[in-house]
Amino acid sequence: MPPIPQPSAADSATLVRVRGLHFSRGTRKIYDGVDVDIPRGKVTAILGPSGTGKTTLLRIIGGQWRPETGAVEFDGINVHRLGRSELYALRKRMGMLFQNGALLTDLSVYENIAFPLREHTRLPENAIRDIVLMKLEAVGLRGARDLYPEELSGGMSRRVALARAIALDPEMVMYDEPFTGQDPISMGVLMRLIRSLNQSLGITSVIVSHDVDEVLSIADQAYVIANGQVLARGTPDEIRASPLEYVQQFLQGRPDGPVAFHYKARSLRDDLLGSA
Amino acid sequence: MIANLGAVLGNFVAGLGRAQFFLLAILRAVPAALLRPSLIVRQLYMSGVLSLIIIVISGMFIGMVLSLQAHHALVRFGAADSVGVLVALSIIRELGPVVTALLFAGRAGSALAAEIGLMRATDQLSAMEMMAVDPMRHVIAPRFIAGLLAMPILTAIFSVMAIGVVGGHLITVDLLGVDAGSYWSQIRANTDIHDLNQCFIKATVFGAVVSWIAVYQGYHSPPTSEGVSRATTSTVVVSSLSVLAMDFVLTAFMFR
Ligand SMILES: Nc1ncnc2c1ncn2[C@@H]1O[C@H](COP(=O)(O)OP(=O)(O)O)[C@@H](O)[C@H]1O
Ligand SMILES: [Mg+2]
Repeated sequence: MPPIPQPSAADSATLVRVRGLHFSRGTRKIYDGVDVDIPRGKVTAILGPSGTGKTTLLRIIGGQWRPETGAVEFDGINVHRLGRSELYALRKRMGMLFQNGALLTDLSVYENIAFPLREHTRLPENAIRDIVLMKLEAVGLRGARDLYPEELSGGMSRRVALARAIALDPEMVMYDEPFTGQDPISMGVLMRLIRSLNQSLGITSVIVSHDVDEVLSIADQAYVIANGQVLARGTPDEIRASPLEYVQQFLQGRPDGPVAFHYKARSLRDDLLGSA
Repeated sequence: MIANLGAVLGNFVAGLGRAQFFLLAILRAVPAALLRPSLIVRQLYMSGVLSLIIIVISGMFIGMVLSLQAHHALVRFGAADSVGVLVALSIIRELGPVVTALLFAGRAGSALAAEIGLMRATDQLSAMEMMAVDPMRHVIAPRFIAGLLAMPILTAIFSVMAIGVVGGHLITVDLLGVDAGSYWSQIRANTDIHDLNQCFIKATVFGAVVSWIAVYQGYHSPPTSEGVSRATTSTVVVSSLSVLAMDFVLTAFMFR
């Protein structure tokens, strides 16, 4: 087996370091030179209009997609220079909550959460059962353990997926839109859960979200991303007080301003009057 | 027109190359998948057991039709005793493996492609990767192995149904009045181990081809409803054509 790469720059405060990230989809530039630092043991929010590439960023950090240029380091290890088995070893240290849950549809809720435990540990069945029930209890779905994914609402699926993402007690969890489809009560529960996972277990959290107020209320720091660039970074208070007009536009949800709500297009007038 | 043809051909060759790399990746994942027999057993149920009914019924009818036709032709030459041989040889050498593979592509291959395509579209494969579980080992290889194992078994069942039990036997012996003793003794005297070998080899190759195409199409289908439906359709079309072409090649090769 090749030697496990050792952390190069021993910077203990930063868990994930993204430098000069460039990434395109077809002819469309998604990232055009972006630097992001995810501090260890903190909650980092990534905000931005939909379609900016927030999910893309999480997938790149997880090593699923490869940047065109630029580097992504997790704990000092360059994610995209790893061989397959090293990458898989690294991924055991991260959990990811996918946007729509991505539960395995042929397994029950219970078995979905047991899945990573069965794959990566040799725990006896009763230990697995205890862990699964505790994780389900944390997301308020212990009673749903025997349901199948198709019997869950979108919000419930996301909570089960969260329980699954933390089953192996990872060092970092990436949450992709965890609050979508949650009623106010489960939203509050989820926010407290993410915060308490962070505080009691020191889990580094990255939250991608549209729900600006909610996510800023639990984040230690935030990035605002749009048009392939980091528009602003700082503490929630700094972001809220940002003098930049596009940040304010995004926070207040106004359609007109420097951030285009519309996908790049000709003017409406030209489109309506002009020939095809 | 010619440029179009060139593009189509280029696409085809590129696709073939990708599919070959994919096959290599499957084969690399096979040893790890063999360590999880429960996954393979589950897939054997999904693609094998669930295909049983269509295989059994088709076997019966094809055996029946074949013996009617054979009797009709042979009785004119006073060779009605040889109906069994004709039925048995055509089933064992050709129709058994080929028809089973075509039915298998329609029943199990399409389901396989749709299932994997949906797993891709709903991020289940990505979620596995992020949980440090290799979908090649956990999803693709077990399904490939199961298809490889199921096809020879299904072919055997198809052939038994067509020649014995109710198919050929029912029509020839019970309906047309050929003596049961000569039906079976003629078959035994005129088929040998090479015929069975040939049947087995074809069935295994077809099983590999159909499963390979199905998992490839599913794994690479665009993550949309249209993409999944197209993967399903092309699984059936491409694997049926491949089975027929491979059958010709294998037959030519084995009858040299
Ligand atoms: N498979 C794909 N093929 C082509 N373009 C894609 C694909 N997936 C995503 N994109 C493009 O990448 C952009 C970023 O997507 P995504 O990261 O999902 O955005 P976000 O999560 O911020 O809403 C989108 O605008 C989309 O057009
Ligand atoms: Mg997204």
